[in-house]
Amino acid sequence: MTKILPRKDVVIVGLGWTGSILAHELTDQGLDVVAIERGPWRDTATDFNIGYAQDELRYSIRRDLFLQPAVETMTVRNDPSQKALPMRDFGSFLPGNGVGGAGVHWNGHTWRFWDSDFQIKTNLTKKYGASRIADLQVEDWGVTGAEMEPYYDQFEYLAGISGKAGNIKGQLQEGGNPFEDPRSRDYPNPPMQMTYAPTLFAEVGRSIGLHPFPTPSANMSRAYVNPLGIAMGQCTYCGFCERFGCANYSKSSAQTTVLPVLMKKSNFEVRTDSEVLHVDLAPGGKSARGVTYVDTSGEEYFQPADLVLLCAYGLHNTRLMMLSGIGKIYDPGSGEGTVGRNYCYQTNAGVQVFFDDKNFNPFIAAGALGQTIDDYNGDAFDHGALDFVGGAGINCIPTNGRPIGTRPTLPGTPKWGSAWKKATVEGYKSTLGYSSQGSSYATRNNYLDLDPTYKDRFGRPLMRMTFDFPDNDIRMSNYVCDRMEEIAKALGGKQYAVSRRKKGWDSVPYQSTHNTGGAIMGTDPKKSAVNTFLQSWDVPNVFVIGASAFPQNAGKNPTGTVGALAFRAADAIRNQYLRNPGAPLVQA
Amino acid sequence: MNKLVLTLAIGAAALTGGPAWSADQADQIIRGQYQAVLGDCAGCHTRAEGKPLAGGLPLETPFGALVPPNITPDRETGIGSWSEADFRSMMKSGIGHNGVRLYPAMPYPAYTRMNDRDISDLWAYLTTVQPVSNKVEANQLPFPLNIRLAMLGWNALNFTEASFQPDPSKPAEWNRGAYIVQGAGHCGTCHSPKSFLGADKDSEFLQGASLQGWFAPDITNNAQSGLGKWSEEDLVKYLKTGVNAHSIASGPMAEAIENSTSKMTDPDLKAVAVYLKSLGSDVDSAQPAKPDATRMTAGEAIYRDNCSACHGGDGAGSGALFPSLAGNSIVAQGSSETLARLVLAGSQAVHTADAPTTPAMPSLAWRLKDQEVADVLTYVRASWGNAAPAVSSGDVAAVRKELTQ
Repeated sequence: MTKILPRKDVVIVGLGWTGSILAHELTDQGLDVVAIERGPWRDTATDFNIGYAQDELRYSIRRDLFLQPAVETMTVRNDPSQKALPMRDFGSFLPGNGVGGAGVHWNGHTWRFWDSDFQIKTNLTKKYGASRIADLQVEDWGVTGAEMEPYYDQFEYLAGISGKAGNIKGQLQEGGNPFEDPRSRDYPNPPMQMTYAPTLFAEVGRSIGLHPFPTPSANMSRAYVNPLGIAMGQCTYCGFCERFGCANYSKSSAQTTVLPVLMKKSNFEVRTDSEVLHVDLAPGGKSARGVTYVDTSGEEYFQPADLVLLCAYGLHNTRLMMLSGIGKIYDPGSGEGTVGRNYCYQTNAGVQVFFDDKNFNPFIAAGALGQTIDDYNGDAFDHGALDFVGGAGINCIPTNGRPIGTRPTLPGTPKWGSAWKKATVEGYKSTLGYSSQGSSYATRNNYLDLDPTYKDRFGRPLMRMTFDFPDNDIRMSNYVCDRMEEIAKALGGKQYAVSRRKKGWDSVPYQSTHNTGGAIMGTDPKKSAVNTFLQSWDVPNVFVIGASAFPQNAGKNPTGTVGALAFRAADAIRNQYLRNPGAPLVQA
Repeated sequence: MNKLVLTLAIGAAALTGGPAWSADQADQIIRGQYQAVLGDCAGCHTRAEGKPLAGGLPLETPFGALVPPNITPDRETGIGSWSEADFRSMMKSGIGHNGVRLYPAMPYPAYTRMNDRDISDLWAYLTTVQPVSNKVEANQLPFPLNIRLAMLGWNALNFTEASFQPDPSKPAEWNRGAYIVQGAGHCGTCHSPKSFLGADKDSEFLQGASLQGWFAPDITNNAQSGLGKWSEEDLVKYLKTGVNAHSIASGPMAEAIENSTSKMTDPDLKAVAVYLKSLGSDVDSAQPAKPDATRMTAGEAIYRDNCSACHGGDGAGSGALFPSLAGNSIVAQGSSETLARLVLAGSQAVHTADAPTTPAMPSLAWRLKDQEVADVLTYVRASWGNAAPAVSSGDVAAVRKELTQ
C-alpha cells in the first residue's frame, strides 16, 4: 500500500552536486523542496572522521562510500550482437552513493569545456568536412562557450577552485592554459603548491615547446569562504582524495560548499536511505505528478510534486527515465528514440617513467595537484593531416602515494613475492606517472537501454550498457600516446612504459567514472532527450541534470561542466520556467 | 522575517476578533520580542523542532531535573490565565501566578534587574505568541526539594529583589551593557560560580563555572583566563557570528548565540563588550608550573598525529573553520572540563547567518586513552603562549564517565 504524502513544489532525486545546487537555488526562490536520496546522510566530522578517513583498505579497496552492485548494477557488452551480462562488481567505473554523491570522493579536477567542444559538429564539419565524422554520431550541445561562461564562473566560485587563468576576456595570461576560452575573471584561489613530479614534468614539457599549466583543483590552495558564506580549509596534501571523503573541509563537495546553508532552510528537507522507483506520469504521459520511492523498511511512498528534478548519477538519471516512460528509448537499428542515445566514456592511456636518482615523495599529494598540457586536447591542434578528431589532456597529477595501491614497478617485474617487494621499494619514490585523458565521441552502437533478462531487487529491468572504444578514439589515443612518449624521452629516466588504450572495453579494471550521455541536450527533439536547459522534451515538468546531458565527452573531467549545467538549469527554472510552469522553455 | 511573521500574527488576531491592537501596541510587541531575544526565552522554553515557547527540554541541575514550562498564552497549559502583574512578580521575585514559587533555574535573580517597561513589553509580546496546548510537569525534583515553599528559605538566604542601579560615573554605553549582562542577558547564570545552594557567587561574578558537563569560561577581562586578549570588536564578532580569531562557539554557548546574541543589535553587542572588558583584574595571573618534559613530548606527538591537520602545527587554526588553540579562551581556563569534552565527544560549531559553515570537531574518544587526552591537552595548554595548568588522566576519566552515562 503506497502512502501518499503532502505535495511539494519540487522533488529532487539524489542529493549530490547537482541536487544540492538546484535545491539551494530553488529554495532561495521560495519553493518548498524535498530531496530523496538513495544512500545515507554523510557529514564531515562523523563520516570522514580525521581518525579513520584515511583508511585505504576500507575506502579504496573495499570502496565503503560507493554504490554496491547489490543495490543497483547494470549489464554490459561491447556491441549489439553480444548478450550483455551483469556487472557483479563495479570496476571500470564506480558510481557514488549517499548525500554528496560521487562529489564526496572525487579528486577535484575542475575543467571548462571549450566553445569548440560545445559546437563540435558545426566546428568539425566546417574545418575538416562532414566525411571526417561520418562514422561518429557527434552532436552540437545547443549552447556556446560564451553562454556557459557565467555558469562555470558560478560553480568555480562556489567550489573555490584553485587555478591560474589562461585567458581573461581575451587577454592571454602567463602561466595559465593558453588554449582555454576567455573567462570573465581568474579562479577564486591561486594554484596549489607544486610537488616535484609535476614541476619536473612542466619544465620538460616547456623545454619541448608545450604549454603546461597548473591543473584547476577543487582542493583548496588556501582557506576560502565561498559566496554562500561557507568556509573551507587549506588542503594538507595528505593524498587521500579519490575514493575518500575529506576530513579537513579542504575538498569541494556538496558537504563543504552548499549543505551547511541548505540544511538550515525551513523550506528544504532531505529523506535519506530512500530509493526512487520511478517518476509517476499523469494520464497521457505529458506531465509528471511526482515520484514513488521506497525506504529501507520496504514502505512505499508517493511524493506528489509540481516539478521533478532528476539529479542522480547520469547513468541512473537515464535509467529512471526509461523506467518511468519519459521519452522514447533509443534503438540503434532504426536510429530512433532519444533516451540512452550517445553514451560516451573517456579514452585514457598512461605513461610511467622510472628513475634511479630521483625522489618524488609521492605521499605529499592531493587529488588535483598537478600540471596539465592541453596542446593535444580537443581542437587545440590542427587535425587536417590526421585520421581522427578529438584529443586528450596530458595530466601529471600524482594524486597519492598510498601504501596499498601505489606500487609502481618496472615492466617485467613479478606480480608477487620477494622480487616484487624489492621492486616496489625501488619504484615507490622514483617513478613519475602521467596520463592522457581522451575525448570519447558518440557512435551509433554505443548506447544505453533496458536489459531484457536481468532485473534488480525490486523487479525492475537493469540498464544495459553497450560500449566499445570507437576506432576514431583509439587512433586519437595512439596519437597522443606518441606525444607522451616524446615527453618521456625528454624526461630522461632509465626506462619508461606506455599503457595504450585498446579496442574491447573491459569493465573490470578501473578506468574512469566519467560516464556521459544517455539523456543528451540539444536543439532537436528527435536527437536529444532534453532541451538546452535540461528540460525533458517529452515531459516538460521534468528536468534531467548531470553528465547524462553531454552529447559526447571531451578530454576533460566532467564535474565542472556538470556544475555549470546545474546552475544554468536553475537559472532557467527561476527566471523562465516559473513564469509559466509546466510549459516547454523551447518549442520543438 | 520575524517582524513579518509577527505582523501577520497580529493581523490574524485582529481578523479573528482578538484584542484590537493599536499601532503603539505593535511597537511595544516588537520591542517585547527583542526583550525575548535578550533574555533568550526560547533557549530554555522551546524544544528543538518544537513549537515556539511551548516548553523545553529538562534542565539537569545539581539538585535534579527541572523542565522549562509552556509560556505560550494557552489558558490551560501555558500562561494565558496570568495577568501582567503576575508576570512582573514572577520576573522580579520568582513568585508567579497564584503565588507559586519558581526555582532559580528560571533566572529571576537576573531578570529582577530588568526595568518595568522592558518587562511590560516582554509581556505584551508573549500574549501574542501562538497558544500551544502542551502540559509540562516543570518540577521533577526529588523530595524534599520538590516542595516549592522551600524556595522561601532559599530566597531569604540568596536573593534580593533589585532594580538595576546605573553607575553615573560610567558612560551610557557601559551602563547599557551592564544592564543587559546583569539583567535580561543573565550571563552569570552560566558564567558565575555557584554556592552549594546553587546561587551565584557575587564575588566571583562571571569568572567561569561548570554546568551540564561544560565549563562556561571566565568572561571578565582577566588576561590569562578571561577576555583580556580579546578586543571589543572580537567580542562583538563572537557574539554576533559565533566565530572570531580566538574561538568558535560550541555547546550551550552555541545555543545562546544562535537564539539570542546573534539577533541582538550591534549597539547592544558593543555595549555588552564595553562592559565585560571593564570587569575584573589580573589578580590571578600567577603562571602555573611548566608541565614535565615527558608529558610535553608525548602530548606533542599526539597533537601532530591527531590535531595538527586542522589546528595547525603552531596551533594557529584557520579562520572561521578551525579555532586557534594559541590564546584560545577555552584552552586557558583553569578547568579542562570543556576541553576534554570536546576531544572525547566532538562538537559542532554554531550556525549563524554570518558564519553558516558549522564545522565540527570529530569525536576521538574511541581513539585516544584518558592518559593520551590528558597529555595532548597538557601540551596544548602549555604551548604557543598558553599557560594553563596540566591535565590529569583522572580529569579526563571523569568527563568520559559523565559522557557515557
